[in-house]
Amino acid sequence: MNIHEYQAKQLLKQYGVAVPDGDVCKTPEEAFAAAQKLVATGHKMLVVKSQIHAGGRGKGTFKSGFKGGVKLCKTAAEAKDLATAMLGNVLVTKQTGPDGRLVSTLLVAGAPNIKKELYLAVLLDRGNSRPLIMASTEGGVDIEEVAEKTPEKIVKEHVDPGMGFQGWQGRKIAAALGLKGDLANQCAKLLAGVYKTWWEADASMVEINPLCIIEGTDGKDQLVAVDAKIGLDDNALYRHKDIQAMRDLAEESPLEIEASKFNLNYIKLDGSIACLVNGAGLAMATMDIIQHYGASPANFLDVGGGASKDQVTAAFKIILSDPSVKAIFVNIFGGIMDCNVIATGIVAAVKETGLKLPLVVRLEGNNVAAGKKTLAESGLTLITGDSMADAAQKVVKTVVK
Amino acid sequence: MAILVTPKTKLLVQGITGEFGARHAKLSLDYGTQLVAGVTPGKGGQFFEHGGAKVPIFDTVADAVKQTGATASAVFVPPPFAADAILEGVDAGLDLVVAITEGIPVRDMVRAKQAMAGSKTRLIGPNCPGIVTPGTGKDSHGGCRIGIAPGYIHKQGNIGVVSRSGTLTYEAVWQLTSRGVGQSTCVGIGGDPVNGTSHLDVIKLFMADPETKGIIMIGEIGGSAEEEAAEWIAKHGKKPVAGFIAGATAPPGRRMGHAGAIVSGGKGTAEAKISAFKAAGIGVAATPSDMAETLLKMM
Repeated sequence: MNIHEYQAKQLLKQYGVAVPDGDVCKTPEEAFAAAQKLVATGHKMLVVKSQIHAGGRGKGTFKSGFKGGVKLCKTAAEAKDLATAMLGNVLVTKQTGPDGRLVSTLLVAGAPNIKKELYLAVLLDRGNSRPLIMASTEGGVDIEEVAEKTPEKIVKEHVDPGMGFQGWQGRKIAAALGLKGDLANQCAKLLAGVYKTWWEADASMVEINPLCIIEGTDGKDQLVAVDAKIGLDDNALYRHKDIQAMRDLAEESPLEIEASKFNLNYIKLDGSIACLVNGAGLAMATMDIIQHYGASPANFLDVGGGASKDQVTAAFKIILSDPSVKAIFVNIFGGIMDCNVIATGIVAAVKETGLKLPLVVRLEGNNVAAGKKTLAESGLTLITGDSMADAAQKVVKTVVK
Repeated sequence: MAILVTPKTKLLVQGITGEFGARHAKLSLDYGTQLVAGVTPGKGGQFFEHGGAKVPIFDTVADAVKQTGATASAVFVPPPFAADAILEGVDAGLDLVVAITEGIPVRDMVRAKQAMAGSKTRLIGPNCPGIVTPGTGKDSHGGCRIGIAPGYIHKQGNIGVVSRSGTLTYEAVWQLTSRGVGQSTCVGIGGDPVNGTSHLDVIKLFMADPETKGIIMIGEIGGSAEEEAAEWIAKHGKKPVAGFIAGATAPPGRRMGHAGAIVSGGKGTAEAKISAFKAAGIGVAATPSDMAETLLKMM
């Protein structure tokens, strides 16, 4: 699960990580009030930030034509105007795709005078199953590009999960970032807080880009998380009621939400051939084989090991509500599951949904003969395939002339 | 010889009285696997009965091991308690713990893996279909089936299969069996980002196993375990290996069903894995339908 920037900052703040002053706003009036408060506490520059689960907001464009999902301003009146331009409008960035995302929440914050931008992230190193801290003097830019062009500018430090983050590691990273004196101490403390956020919130990733050295209102240098991104481990959400409440359904595809109600793992894609498969690996492989034979998959859909009639029917309904779908490919390897039960489910689902599109079914496994017989005797105009390749070629033929 | 388990391996099931565990314990008994004990805290002294078999249930893994001599365990315990169950198996001195459970928090596995470092126990999984060493009977009956794979699709023979995915493993096994080619052992290592045993670990075992003559390695997007295995094979591989990588069409940044199947920050792409396979002389199946054929052509 992903959360918004303002929510990520709330979590970080709980663990002692400094973030710029600011408030969450849902209306231009709230933005005005938030900005007024910031101005009153001495902030000379403000920033209005669209809250969507996608990067590239600053360089994004609203469908209204308004440019920039993150804008600087100086007064409360300007903040209100910016909020009016952003709220209720759809922001398109390089990460949202052409559909963009509706902006319904803003973060209005102080925009401190930034002296230097750094990069910091905590994630899992899958190579050794340990938490990994990555830090760089090159902040505010695409870290993947830094990793490619100047890998020596990225500091990596593994954390022993039994011990947790240690003080010496904080000092080591601070030194590697070239920080001295009070800033080095601040950095070590901040690192401990960021690691603790990652660990205790069961995050998959915490990324602070940029982590900034700013001139504080007291004139002293401060280390502040100016932007923040947190991804969470879905498997651990059950033990974090507070984080569950941060879920923003508006950021998720309605079809994917519907699918999750039936324990279906569905991800919408751009192609024209819908797939219904049991097992994640086979579902990915089915998408691949469709592409191999010259068409594109409309979705990833794993109905799981069971594939009950209700699930299959729900899956058909979800698939059919995507208007770009031109044909359906059902690919089932019924290992334990009786193929005839699945075939009966498919027939019932087709009848219930009144399917008009070409349907290609490939069944293999337990009691497959009975399953094929059920399909053949159903009176439905479906096409069967013997192997995955055979079925894939047949379904591709129905859409590629 | 097979790897990891043989038809003689004595198995216990943790979570044997749960619906999921019970269903697959029965299927393992039907397959002829030496299922000697079940563990469900609070139900020690009861029996798990199926088809004439009467399997004793114990409160603790340590008890079960002491009383029955079990050396391997299948973990069917629900996600919040699964890491704990794995560590109980480690403490009891099992040789092998196979964690079937899907949905264990990553943090739990990071800790469990750290805690079991240096122990004699090998962990397979979690979120995996398990292991099958096929038997010599009809439909490979008499083999060792740990987990949730369908037993009957196997056939005793000389091909090793290792994969992160369940159904894709069955697909490969079935392609082999349909062509009359049997398997030494089939290992599902699981689709989670933190797992006990990697592709490379299993590849090394297969390379050292005299009964295994060829290997099918199935990977998917996410992480770099396939690349590591390929690199080792390039240097030390002595047997033909064919493979397939699932997820070439998966959009970046999205988890494709398995918690570990995600391309993030440009890492873990199918493209990179396929080129690592090719560079290592591993036969790459053009489609998932050609996994067996690709290997057999190399042999």
